[in-house]
Amino acid sequence: MHISEGVLSAPVLVTGAALAVTGISVGLKKMDYDKIPEAAVLSATFFVASLIHVPMGPSSVHLVLNGINGLLLGWLCFPSILVALALQAILFQFGGITVLGVNTVIMALPGLMGYYVFGNLIKGKNRLLSLAAAFACGFFSVLLSGIFVAGALLFTGKSFISAAKLILLAHLPVMIIEGIITLFCVAFLKKVKPEILGGVYEKGS
Amino acid sequence: MIEEQFSTGNSIIHGLDPRVKLIIVAFFSVIVAISSRFLALLPALAISLFLVAMAKLSIKKVFHRLLLVNGFILFLWLVLPFTYNGEEWFAIGPFVATKEGILLASQITVKSNSILLSMIALLSTTPIFSLGHAMGQLHFPNKITHLFLFTFRYIHVIYKEYRRLTNAMRVRGFVPRSNMHTYKSYAYLVGMLLVRSYDRAERIHKAMRCRGFNKKYHSLTQFSLKMEDIFCLSLMLAVISGLAVLQWVVTT
Repeated sequence: MHISEGVLSAPVLVTGAALAVTGISVGLKKMDYDKIPEAAVLSATFFVASLIHVPMGPSSVHLVLNGINGLLLGWLCFPSILVALALQAILFQFGGITVLGVNTVIMALPGLMGYYVFGNLIKGKNRLLSLAAAFACGFFSVLLSGIFVAGALLFTGKSFISAAKLILLAHLPVMIIEGIITLFCVAFLKKVKPEILGGVYEKGS
Repeated sequence: MIEEQFSTGNSIIHGLDPRVKLIIVAFFSVIVAISSRFLALLPALAISLFLVAMAKLSIKKVFHRLLLVNGFILFLWLVLPFTYNGEEWFAIGPFVATKEGILLASQITVKSNSILLSMIALLSTTPIFSLGHAMGQLHFPNKITHLFLFTFRYIHVIYKEYRRLTNAMRVRGFVPRSNMHTYKSYAYLVGMLLVRSYDRAERIHKAMRCRGFNKKYHSLTQFSLKMEDIFCLSLMLAVISGLAVLQWVVTT
């Protein structure tokens, strides 16, 4: 889900950075100093979870979990994902400084949208509906990320059109896996610690 | 797995002030990322190779790292030359590679790897905690710096927890396969990590309040700009500006 350094054009990089700054500043406003350790522990959890490789047919995919991230953190998912991506760039050189903004938006914006669209359904009483919404949240978060990656490439140059299509295609199996993982994860959390799904990490709630 | 592989050493680069390194790598990345001429990109690659050489890093490790992160670039090489419209260069079966496509792919490869190498040379040679404090002193938003430092701190804790859980799964005979049982188990693993980290965060929060946390993350190391820091900074800024001149001013 990372776009490497040196691929995208300047306007795309600047747009991505501007969007990321907007999301991050809203996220930071909503994050009290008191909540920093908690948001950090969760960022760290997502960093570690993205190291998990799940087998899929002959190969394997690593978890993205931006759906669950958005669900638990709301707007705070912007700073959280920014920091996780920055650490990945420094420690493993996945991604980099100039694409940090674009990559943050690619991951965080779908998570945030999932939070607004599916959040209430997932927290709701109706078990079947909540699980279906959880699947949809995981599924669409990755789908949207894929669309954003493809879009970033297309806006860079028309020559990327086949590459963009292939990337979107490669996201398809990941979407299904993420949907399933999100579904079971939400089911687990609802049983074990329902309060964690209540947006506890946001200020004033 | 999560180790700062290149952060220890006693080269000139390791000794540089982290603030200086951050400024250089940011300026270099931005200029290279928006450059397009080989006239500027090839010197940029040379500069980043020079930086890696100055940092005296193990060439094998650096090369290994580059291979790992060039997956996306490799993918572009497999697609771009054959889908870009232009003059035909050669054909493999039904696939026709164009000159323009290959040029674009090479341009991206040089750009990407110059930036990667500069990041390895300058960022990876700095301990994360020093980087965090450098970010603080360069007036990054305080909350971001805190979040950055805390996240790095807890990655190790959570990773340990993760290893404990996966070991427990393995002891019980869990073998990952492509089936629902595997996905369910991994989902529960993630869920358990989240629950544990939530509880841990609460304990940390309480502990920090008891210790009178006052929104400051103190550092034991003091940064001071030495003569060689200022020299390196001005030299590098001049060299990078030279790249910009090659890209935008020089006419060929």
